[in-house]
Amino acid sequence: MNPSIRVKTFKIDDRDVSAREDETILAVARQNGIFIPSLCYMDGLTPIGACRLCMVEIKGSTKLFASCVTRVEEGIEVITNSKRLQKYRLRILEFLFSERNHICSVCVSNGHCELQSMADQLGLTHVRVPYRYPIQPVDATHERFVVDHNRCILCARCVRVCDEIEGAHTWDIMGRGVEARVITDLNKPWGESESCTNCSKCVHVCPTGALSEKGKSTAEMKKKQQFLPYLTWIREGRT
Amino acid sequence: MSKISFATVWLDGCSGCHMSFLDIDQRLIELAEKVDVVYSPLVDHKEFPLAVDVTLVEGAVSSDEDREKIINIRQKTKTLVSLGDCALTANVPSMRNPFLVKDVLDRAYMENVTINRQIPREGVPRLLPYSRPVHEVVSVDVFIPGCPPPADAIYFALCELLEGRMPDLTGKTRFGA
Amino acid sequence: MTPEELYQIAEEEQESLKRFHFRMFVCTAAGCLSSHGDSVLDALKKEIKEAGREEECLCKGVGCMGLCSEGPLVFVEPDGVLYGKVKVEDAKEIVESLGKEPVARLVCPIDLPFFTRQKKVVLENSGVIDPERIEDYIAHSGYEALVQALTEMTPAEVIDGVFKSGLRGRGGAGYPTGLKWSTVSKGVGGAKYVICNADEGDPGAFMDRSVLESDPHRVLEGMAIAAYAVGASQGYIYVRAEYPLAIKRLQTAIRQAERCGLLGNHICNTTFSFQINVRLGAGAFVCGEETALIASIEGKRGQPRPRPPYPAEEGLWGCPTLINNVETFANVPAIIRNGAEWFAAIGTEKSKGTKVFALAGRVKHTGLIEVPMGIPLRDIIFEIGGGIPDERNFKAVQTGGPSGGCIPKEHLDVPVDYDSLSQLGSIMGSGGMIVMDESSCMVDVARFFMEFCMTESCGKCVPCRVGTAQIHDFLQKIINGDAVPDDLEFLKKICDMVKETSLCGLGQTAPNPVLSTLRFFRDEYVNHIVNKECTAGACKVPAKQEVHS
Repeated sequence: MNPSIRVKTFKIDDRDVSAREDETILAVARQNGIFIPSLCYMDGLTPIGACRLCMVEIKGSTKLFASCVTRVEEGIEVITNSKRLQKYRLRILEFLFSERNHICSVCVSNGHCELQSMADQLGLTHVRVPYRYPIQPVDATHERFVVDHNRCILCARCVRVCDEIEGAHTWDIMGRGVEARVITDLNKPWGESESCTNCSKCVHVCPTGALSEKGKSTAEMKKKQQFLPYLTWIREGRT
Repeated sequence: MSKISFATVWLDGCSGCHMSFLDIDQRLIELAEKVDVVYSPLVDHKEFPLAVDVTLVEGAVSSDEDREKIINIRQKTKTLVSLGDCALTANVPSMRNPFLVKDVLDRAYMENVTINRQIPREGVPRLLPYSRPVHEVVSVDVFIPGCPPPADAIYFALCELLEGRMPDLTGKTRFGA
Repeated sequence: MTPEELYQIAEEEQESLKRFHFRMFVCTAAGCLSSHGDSVLDALKKEIKEAGREEECLCKGVGCMGLCSEGPLVFVEPDGVLYGKVKVEDAKEIVESLGKEPVARLVCPIDLPFFTRQKKVVLENSGVIDPERIEDYIAHSGYEALVQALTEMTPAEVIDGVFKSGLRGRGGAGYPTGLKWSTVSKGVGGAKYVICNADEGDPGAFMDRSVLESDPHRVLEGMAIAAYAVGASQGYIYVRAEYPLAIKRLQTAIRQAERCGLLGNHICNTTFSFQINVRLGAGAFVCGEETALIASIEGKRGQPRPRPPYPAEEGLWGCPTLINNVETFANVPAIIRNGAEWFAAIGTEKSKGTKVFALAGRVKHTGLIEVPMGIPLRDIIFEIGGGIPDERNFKAVQTGGPSGGCIPKEHLDVPVDYDSLSQLGSIMGSGGMIVMDESSCMVDVARFFMEFCMTESCGKCVPCRVGTAQIHDFLQKIINGDAVPDDLEFLKKICDMVKETSLCGLGQTAPNPVLSTLRFFRDEYVNHIVNKECTAGACKVPAKQEVHS
């Protein structure tokens, strides 16, 4: 470990915690068993601060901070669950549910979907913004996997795991705004992708039913994400 | 103590939520002591009464008949409960929403049919452009997610309502459950 | 290039200008080109040749003269006559009139407040010099500041000068430029970079384009001075591909400056070396956001990333990077040449210097203007802009493009500076200024800008991606007459949420046009919702339709 890295102490929800100065608020909160919701964050992948669910308040600032990309600082007092944050997190979930066609009852990830369980955890019972009902394609050209854009929340975990861990960079994102979409190669059908190594890492980091294995029933399609912290640990040579 | 009046209604849904409601089994008898079922597909009342304390709605608002019904019911109901994902999110009925009604009907009654191809128009309600969650049409007081919501969650919610409390269903049911 | 050589070029060029008795300047910036300014230039040259007056009359293409609504523009010295809406057929007459009575039907008065109320710093050479000749720029004190900085000042002194001048970023946010430079200069890393943000994308804004087309060397000089100050040796100009003329002139200017030894290795025989490359943007508005711009230069998808770390610390390829807007760099040579005190004397206490605006919409004189900071909005619109045409009434002025807001007539006396405009829920922005009269529906204006943000959102963070689409749909619903009064409160809540939770400036400011019109023109929203009527009569409101909620 780099000896020049210092240790900081600060507060999360009135609890004293300590952290290396290169750690993020979210990582430290998780180490201490403090729940901060997030959908795009994944231990082992570069955080991108995209879903905005993990935003927290820091006393003395009116701004909100995405805790997955905010480094700790000495003496700060972090609030993870104010009324304002609860309100905004619900709204973000509502935005996600309204954006595409998330129909849990007929989804292969029903029962083990991170979006679904986040709604349950945060107490979202109904969506107050109008649903947008876009027409989204399903690409089943790959021999083993399916991408269903109806369920995609654009967390970019697949893009990152493919680029950073597998090193294939098959996945990327095209288009802007609500038209943005994950693509394989240069928007070729997944089955025709030349870079895809069929490793299935993307499928298993996908928080929803957007990426799944063919032929698996809802009960079988549980995502196995243990490989990621293990690979990171091995590669970084951490102890 | 006078019994509270209780109704259930079935819009665009599969009736699974009503089945799940029946799944509260012997507790139905306890419930029956406290409530008066004044309107429901499970009983034989033809008209929705003028004043109802609690109404459970199953299903999405998909046709002009659904819309008329729910607007009428809302006016006559004190506490309106959306029961199940169809009422909450329009769920499976909403899968037609990305497409035009005409295309959906064509697909169902023309393209995939070999004999007697025609789109039914007589005696059936007209489909609305979108299948909608109930709360987008009228205001809703209580939401019970689930496809269907587990019997325990329904029973819990009803008990809380009978006690005059707003039920908090966090952890008891979820979308798609 | 030594200072002596530079002065020699300047003198020679000035001498050669003096040889001509008449000098004719024809605007060849994009505005006048679109009304065939280039043909006018050719026709005038031809007429001069045919009249055999080539020895006494110079005719050259120059940059933007500002009064775009009257283009193509031709200015004649020493007569001091400005001709507007000149056609090819008028060339002969204009040449014949040299030294005599001007062609009355084409004359634009130049004692208008449009000209007299302006204060030119950034645009001092625009419409005066030939943007494709470095000698012309040098003859107008060009590169003097760079030479001065390199030979007489330390980097710290340059930064101190910019700091003391009070210059703030002209891209819109108004971050103190000196502070940014000093941060980058202190950054540690193998290399450092200077980037000029010329990805101007606000609807109706063309300040940067005009500066690049009219005076490209000025921007190069500003960048070189900045690079010297922060210790960078590589610079990039990120300019949108929709500006082909600006790109061409920039590339010409870079080549010329390299040939003269004003860019490249060992500039002015010092150890300072600086290269500039042009990078083209592919049309994404969000690439004007600095982190997205950097990603784009790196060859990645142009998406913003969370800050900190700021580019000043970790920018292009992880190195300390200075990013400033075109206009910010264009101010620098004048500050170095004339001194920080001179610059600080212009403007207000907290907003120094001048600001260039693209004045557009319902005013008599539209075009490019430069005014001292602190000038009241009213003076810009009613004096410089000449007021509202067609005897209509002023309704609102939109500043800051899709990130800004609409300012109503009650606040017309607000001084134009960073802080006063943000107090009104708008921003200074990069300089777009759209004037609207009573025929504009403010709900529709908000919808227009929201549609822009919706389609330009990169889609990375949820609040901006979905929020802008939801807000847009709500506004459309209001215009269609399908909304209910409660929707207004809900709309405001969503706007506040998008503002507070979005990742980058695009999302954080996208709700501003809605929030500011809700604040000042709530009655128009209510009228749309309750009476299903458009106050301005601009929107097509469907006749009371059957409710299909």
